[in-house]
Amino acid sequence: MAEWVAELQMRVGRGQGGRLAREALIYLVLTAFLLVAVLPFLGIVLTALKSPTDMAAGPFALPQEWQWRNFQAAWEGARFASYFRSSVIVVVPTVVISILLSTMSGYAFGMLRCPGENVLLLTILLGLTVPFEAIVIPLWKLMGTLGLRNTYWALILPQVALSFSFGTFWMRAHFKTMPRDLVDAAVVDGASQWGVLWRILFPLSRPALLSLTVLIFMWTWNEFFLVLVMVTGDMRTLPVGLAMLRGRYASDVSVLSAAAIIVALPVILVYFAFQRSFVRGMTSGALKG
Amino acid sequence: MIARVRGTLSGGGKTPYDRPLLAYLFILPGFAIYALFVLVPIAGTVRYSFYQWTGFSAPTFIGLDNYRALLKDDFFINALGNNIYFILFYTVLPILLGLFLTSLLARSRLRGMAIFRVGLFLPQVLSPVVVGIIWRWIFAYDGPINEFLTVIGLDGWVRPWLGDFEWAPRAAGAVGTWVEYGLCLVLFIAGVQAIEEDLYDAAQVDGASAIQQFRHVTLPGLRQQILVAFVVTFIAALRVFGMVFVLTRGGPGQETQVVSMLIYDQAFRFRQAGYSTAMAVVLSVIIVGVSALTLYGQGRREEDA
Repeated sequence: MAEWVAELQMRVGRGQGGRLAREALIYLVLTAFLLVAVLPFLGIVLTALKSPTDMAAGPFALPQEWQWRNFQAAWEGARFASYFRSSVIVVVPTVVISILLSTMSGYAFGMLRCPGENVLLLTILLGLTVPFEAIVIPLWKLMGTLGLRNTYWALILPQVALSFSFGTFWMRAHFKTMPRDLVDAAVVDGASQWGVLWRILFPLSRPALLSLTVLIFMWTWNEFFLVLVMVTGDMRTLPVGLAMLRGRYASDVSVLSAAAIIVALPVILVYFAFQRSFVRGMTSGALKG
Repeated sequence: MIARVRGTLSGGGKTPYDRPLLAYLFILPGFAIYALFVLVPIAGTVRYSFYQWTGFSAPTFIGLDNYRALLKDDFFINALGNNIYFILFYTVLPILLGLFLTSLLARSRLRGMAIFRVGLFLPQVLSPVVVGIIWRWIFAYDGPINEFLTVIGLDGWVRPWLGDFEWAPRAAGAVGTWVEYGLCLVLFIAGVQAIEEDLYDAAQVDGASAIQQFRHVTLPGLRQQILVAFVVTFIAALRVFGMVFVLTRGGPGQETQVVSMLIYDQAFRFRQAGYSTAMAVVLSVIIVGVSALTLYGQGRREEDA
């Protein structure tokens, strides 16, 4: 297939104006793929704004008047306000704790030396490949034993543990690239390693930390399996709330759509605001991993 | 990955500070949480897979019986087959589409690439549950696809896509393609831009056609990106859970059933936690095994080069 395209490109590319025709072709195909990626989400946004009358007019009919009551129905009637609160309560500590712990261990692996560090590091990196399904059942049992089932800790602690794996790997790679002279100079001046880490290196690591923050935020916000298993009722976070709503409101597509947007919007906003950090984290993170 | 890690560990350039006690202290807090909530449960999963256990009662050791039962469990084999079928949609198609677009882009630096990147990457940041809701609407009987078919006069094609025994697996698979192709494309475009200009110049001097350039310069230059795309999307295909949970709940019948959902159902609905962990072990061995082999192979080839 790729060869066929190259052939086509060559043919189109011959002669005067060939470059222009080629660029037009590229833009056309790219735009088509872009639309396929984006339109389904825009479709659900439109659906969320429709009244029952608009819904009856078919999927391509535009809403006659923007209806916010579907969002209200999801927020109040379907208790998405509670789920939203749970999501925030889980995500904020998970991100903060993961960042702090990963920075410390990343610094240790990147800048310090200790016996057995290779084994330790490989053990931590194991968490990058182990699927969550492989730990969920004993984890559920463990949380029962600890009396933490149906508490936010049952969601925060495992998320921190899994994020620590990627975070250590990510921050270690980052600290490896930092100029050593900085540390050397500070140590000569009598600063402790602890002080060097938090007062000098941490503020200088903003890009790496930002990527890590947005990724951990997204993973925790979107987590489904763990939440489904560990908590019930209003302790649920948004994705599980949405899946449960799909069971109850299966017929009311506009409310379901509004609810889906409530779940997706925070991540999308963060994604738009920090898209470079996101894409860098997800592609180079995957590459290095 | 392992070769890579080792390489950077030993060849760090300047000597790291030899402060073992401090290093341990820095690693310890995170490692303790990681050990308790990841390592101990991994061991637990392996252990429980040799037990008959409801999740509540005391477990009874039954040796390999769970694994023997798995081999004869049509539901499990069917679900694993569906996961493998999804690889076509999650892995093969997105990589081919990505290569197709990359070959089209060739080396042209287009304006407005940032906008394309943001849009193409969007499906990656959505929760799988949200993705399931979106595509449930699209495939619905009164949804956009059927409406579109009616408008262009293909009424005969109108069907309840997710309720159709033949089409539901393809529909669920197509959602995977939608999620993954942007990632592959963004990876490959970044990869092409990292290939050295000289290679293309040399190829041009040798009179290589666009096709030959693609085959002999672009493809080898993208090897690492293709392997990464393979591993990431392969894992996604085998682990799919939230999306299918919302889209079809495994139906119609067992047509779109996947292993993760069986693991969930066996443990938390049918109280067969021991049996469920055996499934989890099989799934994990496949995932970790294939990822490790791929990345190990990559490391070896890099060392040869």
